[in-house]
Amino acid sequence: MLRELTASTNANLVSEKPHPTLESNLAPSPREPIVNDFAITAATKNGSGSQTSNAILLRALFKMGIPVSGKNIFPSNIQGRPTWYTIRLSKDGYLARRETTEIMIVLNPDTVLEDHQNTAPGGVFMYADDIKLPVRRSDLHYYAIPVKEMARQHEADPKLRTYVANMVYVGAIAQLLGIDLDEIQAALMFHFKGKTKPVESNMKVVRAAAAWAAENLIKTDPYRVERMDKTKGQIMIDGNTAAALGAIYGGVGFVAWYPITPATSLADALNEYLPKLRIDPETQAPTYAVVQAEDELAALGMVIGAGWAGARAMTCTSGPGISLMAEFTGLGYFAEIPAVIWDVQRMGPATGLPTRVSQGDVIAAYWLGHGDTKHPVLLPGSVYECFEFGWRAFDLAERLQTPIFVLSDLDLGMNQWMSKPFDYPEEPMDRGKVLTEEQVNATRGFARYKDVDGDGIGWRTLPGNESPFAAYFTRGSGHNERAMLSERADDWENNMDRLARKFETARKLMPPPVIDMVEGAEIGIIGFGSTDPAIQEARAMLEAKGIRASYLRLRALPMNDDMTMFLAAHKRIYVVEMNSDAQLCQLIRLHSPKDAEKVRPANHSDGLPLTAHWITEEILYQETRH
Amino acid sequence: MTTVKNGSIAGNGTQATSPSIKMPTPGAGAAGVNIIGLVKADYKGLESTLCNGCGHDSISSQIITACYELGVKPERIVKFSGIGCSSKSPAYFMSRSFGFNALHGRMPSVAQGALMANHTLQGLGVSGDGDTGSIGLGQFMHLIRRNLRMVYIIENNGVYGLTKGQFSATADIGQELKYAGRNEFPPIDLCRAAIVADCGFVARSFAGDPKQVVTLLKAALSYRGTAVLDIISPCVTFNNRDDSTKSYSWGKAHDERINDFGFVMSQEEIQIDYAEGETKEVELFDGSKIVLKKLDGSHDPTDKQAALRLLTEAHDKQLFITGLLYINTERPNLAETYRLVKPIASYQQDKLRPSRESLQKIMSAMY
Repeated sequence: MLRELTASTNANLVSEKPHPTLESNLAPSPREPIVNDFAITAATKNGSGSQTSNAILLRALFKMGIPVSGKNIFPSNIQGRPTWYTIRLSKDGYLARRETTEIMIVLNPDTVLEDHQNTAPGGVFMYADDIKLPVRRSDLHYYAIPVKEMARQHEADPKLRTYVANMVYVGAIAQLLGIDLDEIQAALMFHFKGKTKPVESNMKVVRAAAAWAAENLIKTDPYRVERMDKTKGQIMIDGNTAAALGAIYGGVGFVAWYPITPATSLADALNEYLPKLRIDPETQAPTYAVVQAEDELAALGMVIGAGWAGARAMTCTSGPGISLMAEFTGLGYFAEIPAVIWDVQRMGPATGLPTRVSQGDVIAAYWLGHGDTKHPVLLPGSVYECFEFGWRAFDLAERLQTPIFVLSDLDLGMNQWMSKPFDYPEEPMDRGKVLTEEQVNATRGFARYKDVDGDGIGWRTLPGNESPFAAYFTRGSGHNERAMLSERADDWENNMDRLARKFETARKLMPPPVIDMVEGAEIGIIGFGSTDPAIQEARAMLEAKGIRASYLRLRALPMNDDMTMFLAAHKRIYVVEMNSDAQLCQLIRLHSPKDAEKVRPANHSDGLPLTAHWITEEILYQETRH
Repeated sequence: MTTVKNGSIAGNGTQATSPSIKMPTPGAGAAGVNIIGLVKADYKGLESTLCNGCGHDSISSQIITACYELGVKPERIVKFSGIGCSSKSPAYFMSRSFGFNALHGRMPSVAQGALMANHTLQGLGVSGDGDTGSIGLGQFMHLIRRNLRMVYIIENNGVYGLTKGQFSATADIGQELKYAGRNEFPPIDLCRAAIVADCGFVARSFAGDPKQVVTLLKAALSYRGTAVLDIISPCVTFNNRDDSTKSYSWGKAHDERINDFGFVMSQEEIQIDYAEGETKEVELFDGSKIVLKKLDGSHDPTDKQAALRLLTEAHDKQLFITGLLYINTERPNLAETYRLVKPIASYQQDKLRPSRESLQKIMSAMY
């Protein structure tokens, strides 16, 4: 079958064991070098250890000073299903996903046909030499690598050979593109936290593969990497680790969570860093507790209990967990208890696509709960903001005495991002309105839900306050200012009016949007979260086509007057988001009904991070119709 | 099964459930002042809104008595409850204690969060059979599994009262009620469930036996981890017919005590009438003791298998047994497992925010 197919056209001839040199000779002739501006995709099976290889490549490039981003497109599965990892190198510093990949590395025979098809014209197709290619394209450069053979040489244990195989492609691609092996070694040191043994054994494979490639491959493609200085002083980190660090520097005292993709690594990072950073030197005791709860109901229940008792308490979850937390979120809102809920969004509804990105929980988080509920929501747009909002969320939760949502997503949370180093929180912690024993004694009691200061926020006492006047009975049922059960119509209405006042206070306290107003621009773009790099790049692409666009990056709900002003200043506003219902667009229209007509959805949701190309095309298309 | 019968229901105020164990009189101060100088009124709550004669009100007053007599500072107690008639009751005792009336079936998680944030406080939870046996069964089991230090009272009446008389999961199979009809399913025995989840303090009592309730409460308040008290507490409105196993008359006629025991506070001498070898002591978390009278055939609560056998037999034969079913003081509680020293909630910025240098170190490692 293979022979019949390949024999039909001479140019597409592929022998079962192609000689690499012969193969390279068949490839298109080289042209001008393309340096630091392309994408590499590794197509592997999940659970095979390719994550390590990809992380190492990414960090090695980063350490060479080249702006890079990595996107992991992985299945909801433990082992054996297709997974792709794309590294984008961008000398201009654009970090969004790209739709094309110039360098395809294929170790998974199951996806070889589509991977072959999806390689950009003129690109590189590197593959394990035991994978059979039925057809060949004349516009690609082929490199077959004896992955299995090299793995066999380096690893006696057949079970470990797949892991070793991944290091083979690291060595081969390093040689082909000019990635510095010393930086590969440094990346391995980072990955294995300085443990020399795994670094050495992996490095051995990398060096052998690089040497093999140097000897056996003739480079015909134009792709090269060269050292730059664009990552100096930068860090590379994922958003979930950033969030965990932010929470730790924000003084998190209690964490309860339930395992769920893509939020699990946030809890993992808390478990990794808390023991290093938060042991009381006086007692050697932890100043925190992390509990893996029995489900998300209990996770938020515990957080609400801990927040009520005065600890800075948080949970991290994703969409399905948010659904289960609706009950306690409503209680937290009504009983006015500080809590921080990280929602690392994945694709819903229902189980949805658990390993794919979405911004589909905007409305769910904002209005979660039955009855009239609404919650302040933080919208971090970078790993830097994951850290900042990580600590700031506690200040807001304790100041406002209410659950605060932080909406991250799978792309931001689980992928590696370049960032400026995180700044130490300069503001002292805001522990909110808490009465001490002396203060309670002096007032001879207090009214928990009385609006003393006119901002809708009452003063609270914490269990353990031993004043005989400090205690009150917290409940989710109707209550008056003194926290007494009440079914009176006026008590109910007064309480809800005060909660509405409190929400206005929240509006003032939440981080304002970041606005880049372009003089004379007719159109404005609104976005939030992980789409920021794609929007930034799209603006440049639009500008190249003569369309200049202002940009408002929303960082929190509820929206404030900045939004109103931005809407007023533009004729057409495109709301870029990754969900199917244009959720933020709907909220903006509600925020300013008079501007509803000029606020347009530019939403897309297929589980993959948005690209600048899509945003540009969408806006261009809508602009031609206006 | 041999059981120890005790016909006397009305208590005389002594701590021992057996008249042969003499306990020091608590609060032996002037004019009803207890060891911390409070009078009983300092432990009062709001006036109850439950039905007249509700078993829950009786339990509330035993809680007041136990805490008053133990000399517990009301401010050191934190009350928890779920949703239901039982869960309203924390408002009716100890107003000087903080309280949290949580969600239906969710008392355990809220209590766990609060008592992890401040593990030096004493948790006292009141739940019901619907709250614990149905909607909250999962959290109940997991609370026990983690062994949070708290008293977990189930005011068990076999029906949903606030929603007008549906069967709960603890109602007996074959029982008939005017509103709910016939119950086709066997009950979940919450004591048996608690032992299965490795609870180290499991007792069943009867709201009509205040003496036993008070003694068990005192021991439970002194226990190291989760102490489960399943107290049959008749619902006078929906489930108090003579043929109901959750009624007052049934309880009075059928209450079979499986053992006799007394409670001795720490730093008090045990005065025992009977000879050496007739009692067994179990020391509790705070140094106080449970003194068990060894009688022929009485249940030894340190024997887990015996407790499970006893409960299984009672379940199968619809017997009403009360007493201390199981005690194990070995398991560390949650705060011990987590090595908590000072309350997490007491830490301020100096202990909560790591140093500037530590962040710089992490940042430089991220290159």
